[in-house]
Amino acid sequence: MFLLKILARNAFRHRLRTLLTILGITVAILAFGLLQTVVSAWYAGVNASSATRLITRNAVSLVFSLPIAYQERIRRIEGVSSVSYANWFGGVYITEKNFFPSFAIEPQSYLALYPEFVIEPEQKRAFISDRKGCVIGQKLANRFGWKIGDIIPLKGTIFPGNWEFVVRGIYTGAEKSTDESQFFFHWAYLNETLKKTIPRRADQTGIYLIGLKNPQSAAEVSLAVDSAFKNSLAETLTETEKAFQLSFVSMTEAIVVAIRIVSFVVIIIIMVVVANTMAMTARERIGEYAIFKAMGFRWYHVAGMVFGESLFISVTGGAVGILLTFPVARKFGDVMGQFFPIFQVESSTLYMDMSFCLVVGVVAGMFPAWRAVKIRIADGLRRVG
Amino acid sequence: MRDSNEKGLIVSINAVTKSYQRGNQPVPVLEEITFDIARGEFLALMGPSGSGKSTLLNLIAGIDTVDSGSIIIDGVDIASLGEAELAGWRAAHVGFIFQFYNLIPVLTAYENVELPLLLTTLSRRERHEHVETALAVVALSDRKEHYPSQLSGGQQQRVAIARAIVTDPTILVADEPTGDLDRVSAGDILALMSRLNEDFGKTIIMVTHDPRAAEKAHVIRHLEKGVLSDVSA
Repeated sequence: MFLLKILARNAFRHRLRTLLTILGITVAILAFGLLQTVVSAWYAGVNASSATRLITRNAVSLVFSLPIAYQERIRRIEGVSSVSYANWFGGVYITEKNFFPSFAIEPQSYLALYPEFVIEPEQKRAFISDRKGCVIGQKLANRFGWKIGDIIPLKGTIFPGNWEFVVRGIYTGAEKSTDESQFFFHWAYLNETLKKTIPRRADQTGIYLIGLKNPQSAAEVSLAVDSAFKNSLAETLTETEKAFQLSFVSMTEAIVVAIRIVSFVVIIIIMVVVANTMAMTARERIGEYAIFKAMGFRWYHVAGMVFGESLFISVTGGAVGILLTFPVARKFGDVMGQFFPIFQVESSTLYMDMSFCLVVGVVAGMFPAWRAVKIRIADGLRRVG
Repeated sequence: MRDSNEKGLIVSINAVTKSYQRGNQPVPVLEEITFDIARGEFLALMGPSGSGKSTLLNLIAGIDTVDSGSIIIDGVDIASLGEAELAGWRAAHVGFIFQFYNLIPVLTAYENVELPLLLTTLSRRERHEHVETALAVVALSDRKEHYPSQLSGGQQQRVAIARAIVTDPTILVADEPTGDLDRVSAGDILALMSRLNEDFGKTIIMVTHDPRAAEKAHVIRHLEKGVLSDVSA
């Protein structure tokens, strides 16, 4: 208890130095937490994807579509429980900076395949029965202040023209990882319009979404689907939803790796800074440690004082950093919501934060503690005065 | 080997030598030092700088080790003790008084005096009694909540003396205890040390340059280039 009192008082002996070191650790832990959360957000789509769903796209590239007639043939394949389809719309609301993901979907089958999009039955019925209706995520509604009945004008980029939709439903996510920033409308509305404006692009869809009777049969069903369309004009590539999402992430893998490296470098830098602070501290107090030893205090008392102070500083800074990570991540998520629809601090990030606080404290205290323990009493006493 | 207890001796130093390494070169500091200190004696070690008096004091206090010879204190050959045993021995048997007081600046006078008692099995209440008594002996009970920076040099040295005596050690070792003090404060500290010796029977071994300080001692031993040159009483 007494030693705890000494180390706490010692820690604030040079208040400015200690506070600046704590601030440094706070900033480092905050930066690490945010960077790790960015990495998690990058993989949010992958983590949220289901093992019971497959996605079929054009084997050449995702930018090529598939005939809508494939739906019935896919439905008949053994192991398939349901089929839906969707088209990336890529609409712009007023300006391009207001980006959000928008899809043309077949409402009944799509919403049945995605139970994680929770929508009031009444709103669901209203959406299904209105061809110009749309369903939007809660985050998207909050972002633009949209509510049921509002008319949303979107400018088509892939499908040219000005499009208008009526908000018929607002969904919430069943899980934290569910993306609430999406915009869904009727594929039929898109198709009817295309028939009039660009007939050659009508009756096509971007992807098929396949529900499986048994998740274990994903490989067999994928093979069966792709075999069914072998040597056709639009060959398919079927993969699990997770693999489909990973293919997007892998395009930016280098960025993710760079972010990860930077986050760890931040921790190493702060470790050096704290080690330097503790080395200075130990150097200044070497005479005091000699006095403690002369009075009969043992090496572990002295080492405990150095390590205790180092841990006190790193854990205090780390705790403040962790506490600040939540509001800062929330604010960051609000500002960057269009790029990171799911931006949540994961428990694994917090565990890493806590572990690093302890590691920084221990590593930073190692050399000064060793010096303090090893100093000959007579030599240490000569440093006083 | 002489039996220190039989002769009423508390310290028995036999053929002690000590040298330091400077580069590859050994530099002899003490050569074949032999003398005894009687229980309750007030001994002053004098000599020019570099004569080895502080080294000898460190050896007697168990904070440095001999190259050869033995130092028997109250029947214990401290040269034969391991590091851990020596630390425990110092805690129980030696009280330190340094030239620059060496108080812990983040602790109050009371807490500084309490420090050596933390290594004992005394209860909090017993520790309190011991600290109060020690502070009363040095007449600083009214300053116990003050930090070292709030005390004068003389007061700080009195706190250091209270810390040295609080465990009721076998010997008190003092290295230039008045070296950093003005004339008046130095006089007070020497008077206090004399009182500890006379009233409480403390054995004191003091290193000093100051002839006035040495006057207070019963025995004065002079060191010259690591060799005992003279004894005066």
